[in-house]
Amino acid sequence: MPVDTSPEKAIYVLETGDFQTLLDAVMERGHSIFGPVLRDGAITYDALHRDTDLPLGWNDRQQAGSYRLVKTKRKTFFAYAVGPHSWKKFLHPPSDMLCAAQRIDDRFSINEPDREHPRRAFLGVRSCELHALAIHDKIFTDGPFINEAYRRRRQDILIIAVNCSHPSETCFCTSLQTGPRATGGFDLALTEVLTSGNHHFIIETGSAAGAELCARLPVRKAARTDIEAAEKVTSAAAKKIRRSLNTEELRETLDQKFSDPHWGQIADRCLACGNCTMVCPTCFCSTVEDTTTLTGEHAERRLKWDSCFTAEFSYIHGGSIRSSTLSRYRQWLTHKLAYWFDQFGMCGCVGCGRCITWCPAGIDLTEETRKLQEKKFVIRRTNGR
Amino acid sequence: METTHTDARPAAAGGNPWLSRPYLVRKKSRETADTFTLELTPPAEDGGFIFKPGQFNMLYTFGIGEIPISISGDPAKPETLTHTVRAVGAVSRAIAGLKPGSRLGIRGPYGAGWPVTDITGRDVVIIAGGIGLAPLRPAVHYLLAHRGEYGKIILVYGARTPADIVHRKDLEKWRSRFDIEVLVTVDRATGDWQGNVGVVTTFIGGLRFDPSSCAALVCGPEIMMRFTVMGLRERQVADNSIFISMERNMKCGVGLCGHCQVGPSFVCKDGPVYRLTDMKDVFIKREM
Ligand SMILES: Cc1cc2nc3c(=O)[nH]c(=O)nc-3n(C[C@H](O)[C@H](O)[C@H](O)COP(=O)(O)OP(=O)(O)OC[C@H]3O[C@@H](n4cnc5c(N)ncnc54)[C@H](O)[C@@H]3O)c2cc1C
Ligand code: SF4
Ligand code: SF4
Ligand code: FES
Repeated sequence: MPVDTSPEKAIYVLETGDFQTLLDAVMERGHSIFGPVLRDGAITYDALHRDTDLPLGWNDRQQAGSYRLVKTKRKTFFAYAVGPHSWKKFLHPPSDMLCAAQRIDDRFSINEPDREHPRRAFLGVRSCELHALAIHDKIFTDGPFINEAYRRRRQDILIIAVNCSHPSETCFCTSLQTGPRATGGFDLALTEVLTSGNHHFIIETGSAAGAELCARLPVRKAARTDIEAAEKVTSAAAKKIRRSLNTEELRETLDQKFSDPHWGQIADRCLACGNCTMVCPTCFCSTVEDTTTLTGEHAERRLKWDSCFTAEFSYIHGGSIRSSTLSRYRQWLTHKLAYWFDQFGMCGCVGCGRCITWCPAGIDLTEETRKLQEKKFVIRRTNGR
Repeated sequence: METTHTDARPAAAGGNPWLSRPYLVRKKSRETADTFTLELTPPAEDGGFIFKPGQFNMLYTFGIGEIPISISGDPAKPETLTHTVRAVGAVSRAIAGLKPGSRLGIRGPYGAGWPVTDITGRDVVIIAGGIGLAPLRPAVHYLLAHRGEYGKIILVYGARTPADIVHRKDLEKWRSRFDIEVLVTVDRATGDWQGNVGVVTTFIGGLRFDPSSCAALVCGPEIMMRFTVMGLRERQVADNSIFISMERNMKCGVGLCGHCQVGPSFVCKDGPVYRLTDMKDVFIKREM
């Protein structure tokens, strides 16, 4: 896991024309690289080998319930925000083998699957996503019981973060202090600087591994003006972010608003499709699927992503605990924004905006939360009279 | 979450928590038409199964699935692991169908149990409904084995009909003792039932115990627990002296799958036994 204990943080400049040298150095270190690529009309995360595999010259346009890509004239590398995928698909895959069982007559044995131990590099990790990774690290590897498969996959990941220059309209990381600039948890962090005359990357080291990599690249030490130009990129990005979530007393407010009629108004629009939980980089819920071979001698147990929007999720003999859409939407929102604090000592939302963009009904959790918060204000005032 | 009990031993940790171990079904006995008690022998190398009253295991039937089931045996007898299972669906039916000699996958023990070591010196009122007696049975064994450490012990058990009464032999044995008061009731009398008729809550008013210094241990269907809590409150029993055992969908049992959440709490690891003060909302906030 990358730690921010590098002896000295160093900052370099890498020309865009030399970007492939970075990828080569990472691959030579034994990592397979995963990063943003264009697939089916969206920017997704997948394996890549060459800089030309990146969505060069693409911008995204995101709004509540809509996602669109636009081609631009300049050959930008990272001029877009997060797409529908998040890194959880690699570390906590949608379907994962838990154990296999073998039956011989009346007996059976249960065995651990052979665990892959891939050495991977994640390229283009955004600040909000670093926070999401830290949340999953806490949930999956910090208790008496851990998700062992996650731990193994996670341990050797090399993280090359990218500071955001083009936040989308659904981003709200600034209000949660989770972006747009990466502040830790990476091996390297890049800022793409594009001015009329220049197009290069400012590279910041965040670990010894990151420093080692830089030593092998055709970089030059960044001058103060380079660093200032990079800072301008992220501060300009921060200014573009319009949406926000006010976390002040949020836990208490949502707890008090449990029976508010506003939940019913959201439920009237919500399709309970669960898209929001699938695209969410911090949602971690899963179910188990049991299968047997036709002969019945071999059985498998697989962990599958699950969503609190399904009826089965809370099923106990006789019926579901959360039978209404209202209660399921409320579970999702209150888990993220209220009870996550009790459970893990942090907010369950990182402000990436995916749930807003990918909701077919265009439900915006920042907007719905604000409405619930505003109502509290009204009630207080009436009480005060 | 504030942990309410100090006696819940953290279950064996480390490694892959999903790996269960095959236990031998040594004996199966019928409790009712659809409920069976299984006595299992732990693999020799495990050297017995140590647990706290109120804890549960995840039971895996080959190829079919895995469900949470309370441990219903005597904690002083770790050489046998006992579970009482009511056949209601795919997995529980498969478990009920196991024959002696077959194997059942076991992992656990999980969760926080009844606070038996925290309530010494007090009167103990145990109120169970239906299969809810199963998780309380180890607590009764424990209390009776340490009888001198407690005040009065009262057990109120309610079943739907006389044919639905589980652990009959134990109830009879306990009833014949002078150091525990046992009251068995049925919602609906059938056949030659001579005993009490009425839901358990109707008997709370008449129980003789010290409400200011007692502990109430309650397990049964959620609706029964809700009314029992109301009855106990009417007797001036404080919420922090009432303990309930919760049931929620569970896939992992160890805090990783998210299924068992009730507001801020994970029933599998923060419960299933809760001090009422930590689970109050569940009776007020519907569909939480
Ligand atoms: C902590 C705890 C202790 C329990 N102790 C006992 C016990 O000692 N004896 C006993 O007979 N039963 C007990 N139960 C209930 C038992 O787990 C369910 O009856 C069982 O899960 C039903 O599974 P099924 O596949 O047979 O039923 P189905 O109706 O086919 O259920 C499908 C799935 O839903 C889930 N599910 C259904 N009902 C429940 C339920 N009540 N609780 C949790 N998950 C459920 C399970 O994942 C199950 O596989 C306990 C439940 C919990 C949470
Ligand atoms: S919001 Fe729902 S799916 Fe996401 S972590 Fe919470 S309970 Fe699980
Ligand atoms: S909020 Fe939107 S994305 Fe989430 S379940 Fe409802 S309709 Fe689907
Ligand atoms: S049962 Fe999986 S988190 Fe509680």
